[in-house]
Amino acid sequence: MIYHKFDVVIVGAGGAGLMSAMQLAQGASIAVVSKLYPTRSHTGAAQGGVAAALGNLEEDHWKWHMFDTVKGGDYLVDQDAGEVLAREAIDAVYDLEHWGLPFNRTPDGKIDQRRFGGHSRNFGEGPVRRSCYAADRTGHMILQTMYQQSVKNQVQFFNEYMMIDLLINDGQACGIVALCLRDGTIHTFHGKTIVLATGGYGRAWRITSNALACTGDGMAVAYRRGVPLEDMEMYQFHPTGLYKIGILLSEAARGEGAYLLNNEGERFCIRYAPTMQELAPRDMVSRFIVQEIAEGRGINGKDYVYLSVAHLGKEQIDAKLPDITDFARNYLGVEPYYEPVPIQPTAHYAMGGIPTDVEGRVVMDEQNTVLPGLYAAGEVACVSVHGANRLGTNSLVDLIVFGRRAGKHIGAKWLPESDFAPLPSDPDAAATEMVEGLLSRTTGETQESIRAELRDMMMEYVGVVRNDERLQTATTKLVELKERFKSIRLMDRTRTFNTELMEVIELGNLIECSEATIAGALARKESRGAHYRTDFEKRDDVNFLSHTLAYRSETPGAPDLRYKPVVITEFQPKERKY
Amino acid sequence: MAATNGTRSVQVKIKRFQPGEKPEPYWQEFRVQVEGNDRLLDTLNKIKWEQDGTLTYRRSCAHGVCGSDAMRVNGRNRLACKLLMQDLGSRISVEPMLGFPVIRDLVVDMDPFFAKYEKVKPYLINNEPLPRTERLQSAEQRERYDETTKCILCGACTGSCPSVWANAEWVGPASIVNAHRFIFDSRDRGGAERLQILSDRTGVWRCRTIFNCTEACPRGIHVTDAIEEVKRAILYGSTEGD
Repeated sequence: MIYHKFDVVIVGAGGAGLMSAMQLAQGASIAVVSKLYPTRSHTGAAQGGVAAALGNLEEDHWKWHMFDTVKGGDYLVDQDAGEVLAREAIDAVYDLEHWGLPFNRTPDGKIDQRRFGGHSRNFGEGPVRRSCYAADRTGHMILQTMYQQSVKNQVQFFNEYMMIDLLINDGQACGIVALCLRDGTIHTFHGKTIVLATGGYGRAWRITSNALACTGDGMAVAYRRGVPLEDMEMYQFHPTGLYKIGILLSEAARGEGAYLLNNEGERFCIRYAPTMQELAPRDMVSRFIVQEIAEGRGINGKDYVYLSVAHLGKEQIDAKLPDITDFARNYLGVEPYYEPVPIQPTAHYAMGGIPTDVEGRVVMDEQNTVLPGLYAAGEVACVSVHGANRLGTNSLVDLIVFGRRAGKHIGAKWLPESDFAPLPSDPDAAATEMVEGLLSRTTGETQESIRAELRDMMMEYVGVVRNDERLQTATTKLVELKERFKSIRLMDRTRTFNTELMEVIELGNLIECSEATIAGALARKESRGAHYRTDFEKRDDVNFLSHTLAYRSETPGAPDLRYKPVVITEFQPKERKY
Repeated sequence: MAATNGTRSVQVKIKRFQPGEKPEPYWQEFRVQVEGNDRLLDTLNKIKWEQDGTLTYRRSCAHGVCGSDAMRVNGRNRLACKLLMQDLGSRISVEPMLGFPVIRDLVVDMDPFFAKYEKVKPYLINNEPLPRTERLQSAEQRERYDETTKCILCGACTGSCPSVWANAEWVGPASIVNAHRFIFDSRDRGGAERLQILSDRTGVWRCRTIFNCTEACPRGIHVTDAIEEVKRAILYGSTEGD
């Protein structure tokens, strides 16, 4: 066994992981374990901005931001957490600026801000300029800035180490087991604290904006060890992915004034959401698009509509939206200066994940019982600040606010009061058995068909529009895939940089995450936020104003489901209108 | 929208290195059915998933922003996820970037690259008291270093530079780009330190303005120009404009 010992082991080197590392860089011994080089993390793909009620261009208040977040999340947001998100976004954005983030600027030299979906002034009166941004590469600049600070603070990285197990002993988290890709060795990281910051699992769907690395590793590893997954059925489809490819075209385009057009050249959003129009929240705009297509108003009768920026003019396009217009040119051969861009909804973001409290501590049940030593932050976690639908820019807010809070809590409260829990005996036994099993098996099917069938199934049956029949079909298929996965075979049985081994472990993780997603969706007999069912079209606050907790069971496809009430402090649930 | 030009067969010749299996690198050819608007990365995935699981390369975002999949394609460093098959002909050669130690197939050791990056102090240096809110910076000051903030540290520039091939010690273009990003940032106070570092024998003067780096950059950064600006800042001791 190769053994390492650190006060804090942070898994994942995106925005949330690095933000917590920043808070701990002085004093504690910390390791950041990442299956990618840190600058490859998916935070870097975020485009449009990070919301904070700075009020640099017009009046704004954190309470308006909080309200928008709660309403945008269709009242499944825990409002104590929503308040923290909106209040602390402001200082967290100033932190980023102080670390050198190159925000775009106003004429008087302040951080520039622009409109974004679902963000409003005075509790829904109309759009507000709240999104702080660096062109359309805000996530890239956040990731680079945090990595730069990590270099400055000499954070110790274990790059290209993939977590494959989480160690819990006697009710306390005490380590992780990771595969070193470079030489195939298994490493045990003994930690007083484990922070999971491993991101989402969009690769479970065929059309996705997510990187190939977004395979739900943290969620799956925790789920296998008895940690519940919360609200996994709440999965966001972003309205504007490049047709067939899924690459994201930021909402920043619509924030800057882009239109969505159907085959009649009509700005159809106005019909559905007269006030916010194209800037209605993502779950709604995705449904508008699906509806237009279903009613025969897709372009050329196909399953896409247009995003048009041409009327914004070259200058504004180049200054504000250079990357995303390049994506349209590069991948579809479309020139956005003159031509509309074909788009369709793309699997984008997990509102659900590992349940945590507002300090980032992982909680295990309806009473929010803390699992000592385990934290989670970012997309892997469910605080819950996004509820049933995340607002644009709030993902980056989540990373910086809760990554920061987790780090601060660990440094100020947890480390001074705690000891290392001993490792279980043979800590790497399960991980080693899995890896050796995969490397030695010589019969069985290879990964491709299982992966393709999983992604097709999730797209067909667990997408923007759901119902009982589709979700039953998905369950049956999931159980079949889970069984087939048990006898999966590698073509590559060597140890040096075995990426097929990595991909197969990732596929297993996607299957676990999909299981919790489907089961939660099947049991939630209502429509709320991103979870839309044709057989239960209305939101049902009497029965479902609560969070799903899915616990893995021995029966494939059938996790145990429990429910936890939503925290409501200020804003009573109302019908969502935009 | 550009029409897809249907399925066609291409031959992809890949330089393999399988340590432990064969001591020397070798070329292997694969025949694959591709669509015109498939990315080269899609084609590599197709080979890996359907034909040969041992084929090894890095990848993540698949749309040119994470910097994982820089490799040498038909003799030029490119990101496999930014290249469409319709632009590549029917015989394609793929090999690891030059100037980096090869770990396996197309995967190179990036540690020395990041070590050089760290050498130029790639972080904001400013010990002045912090304002309660943001520091002010005009749009013009922000524009001054905009281009070099686009760098994704993929290594395509460094791996295309003959001066890097000739001398593994030299910091290489990517490090200078990242130094430039701070040297010309009005909020930064570390310019002199960085210029000092870049003026020694492994610094900017090994650049022979060959422009391979500029041609290779998948982010459209005019790398050679950025290096020239740093050279001028060293010569004239000023970072004010050009």
